[in-house]
Amino acid sequence: MTPFNLTQFYADWATILPECFLLLWACVITGAAVLGRTDESKSGTFAIWTIIGTLATAVWVAVTQDGAAFGGTFVFDRLAVVFKEVILAGVILTAAASVGTVSRLRAHRGEYYGMILFSAVGMMLMVSATELLTLYIALELSTVTLFVLAAYHKTNRKSAEAGLKYVILGGISSAILLYGVAILYGLTGTTELARISQGIQRQFMASGSFPPGLALALLLILAGFGFKLALAPFHMWAPDVYEGAPTPITAFLSVASKAAALAAFLRVFFVGGQPAQLIWIQAIAALAALAMIVGNATAIVQTNIKRMLAYSSVAQIGYMLVGAVALDPWGATSISYYAMAYLFANMGAFVCVIAFAERTGSEEISDFSGLSRRSPILAGFFALFLLSLAGVPPTAGFLAKYYVFAAAIQKGYLWLVLVGVATSVVALYYYATVIMKMYFPAEQTEGGFPVARTLTIVLAVSALGVLLLGILPGPVVDWIKAAAQSFVPPT
Amino acid sequence: MNALPVPLGNYIILSGILFSLGVIGVLTARNAIVILMSIELMLNAANLLLVVFARVHGDLGGQVMVFFVLTVAAAEAAVGLAILVAVFRLKGSVDVDRLNILKG
Repeated sequence: MTPFNLTQFYADWATILPECFLLLWACVITGAAVLGRTDESKSGTFAIWTIIGTLATAVWVAVTQDGAAFGGTFVFDRLAVVFKEVILAGVILTAAASVGTVSRLRAHRGEYYGMILFSAVGMMLMVSATELLTLYIALELSTVTLFVLAAYHKTNRKSAEAGLKYVILGGISSAILLYGVAILYGLTGTTELARISQGIQRQFMASGSFPPGLALALLLILAGFGFKLALAPFHMWAPDVYEGAPTPITAFLSVASKAAALAAFLRVFFVGGQPAQLIWIQAIAALAALAMIVGNATAIVQTNIKRMLAYSSVAQIGYMLVGAVALDPWGATSISYYAMAYLFANMGAFVCVIAFAERTGSEEISDFSGLSRRSPILAGFFALFLLSLAGVPPTAGFLAKYYVFAAAIQKGYLWLVLVGVATSVVALYYYATVIMKMYFPAEQTEGGFPVARTLTIVLAVSALGVLLLGILPGPVVDWIKAAAQSFVPPT
Repeated sequence: MNALPVPLGNYIILSGILFSLGVIGVLTARNAIVILMSIELMLNAANLLLVVFARVHGDLGGQVMVFFVLTVAAAEAAVGLAILVAVFRLKGSVDVDRLNILKG
């Protein structure tokens, strides 16, 4: 038992300050909404200022505090900084893109933003957790609030159905993850990732083989993460939930929640599971290949734009995991860069869908025909984001794919890269089909429409992100690389 | 290493059986409430493992974890049942085979 130490106490709480700040205001916004003391436009603005405040606090903590708190169960290292910025960027864009959707709700407008903020707290804790219990709680905090958000249009059949499917599959996935955690705890007697790694290594040295059950534990945890990341073959919930949930929430799910799960995945497998890489690395390569093939092949036949983007994001996760087989700092860098490029492109694409559906009430791909005449700005943005998702230069998506493929080739995974390149061509086909429909329609459709002001801002920010990351990647890559080197143990 | 009244293997087998029953329930049940109950069974299988291993390792961490898991499971069940009620009001049924608007 260590005696109470005021300096340590202060340092611990200072490290977790951004989460505390966000949590406090999430409670205030939700509480005010429940008591009926606010209207929805105010809580939206309030939520956005809260996130800006959290960003500022996070920057302050990054500058003044260093590393581990609460006995090493919570770290604010460079990786956490990178992913926290990504998540907060995702949250702020989601909140701004939600304005129209929320104004059409009949009740519970303020709680909507409260739920988004609670979910963001969970995601931020998740990227800092270096201990499996903390990780599990953070993951559940972010997921349970997302259940609520997916079913937010509770009188709409699609939304309610999406919510129920998400609850069931989310519950199963967290139970599977927890079972893996329990076995891992049994094998090593600890839930701290660094000590798990040492424990596995010690047992390997002593007996020359991995302890029995380790493979099972790691595969169960991998499956649990597979659900959260919507990685094939654990992706079956994603298209249904993406289609049924309110579109801003779909964007949030596909961007921020995946970024958080990805950061946690990097910590668990690159740090905790690192000594046992022989067991899991082939499994990840196989899952990545499967996700790229299944996601892209299924996306071609979709007629609903949200479903198409859902299957495309299954494939995108496959591309990100191509970088994971490298298991070195460069691999982690390529994954983080991909996550950032994907954030702006996918968020932008979904915001285009929001802007289109708000005016036309349709989410069918065929209705995008002739959009370049009806709203040239929207068509231009949408084309840019789709090209980035497809990986066409000079967008960020191109460099992102290049980095993950380069990382995998260095370690000799040529077959995986060939699968990736082949499926990218397929992906280009269905993204290009939408663009062709917008610019070269079979018949002219009438009726121009403007895009709401907040949505235009969100689109412009996302487009700026896609282009800047694609044209001037240097500073960002250096920043992420320093983060990756600080947390990946030398091999 | 603390002595257990029953050999460790038996606990692990029991937990494995509980978890398998949960998985079978999730895969075969058609009623959403039964599926939610099966998920609870899977979580409790993990809880059993955690408690047993906490005793074996002489470490309180595993037992503390169980409290958190129980709390999280309660929160998840509350949200799950609330959404279930919303679905029941719309469809008059909680049969998962009838959740078929979204597909493709």
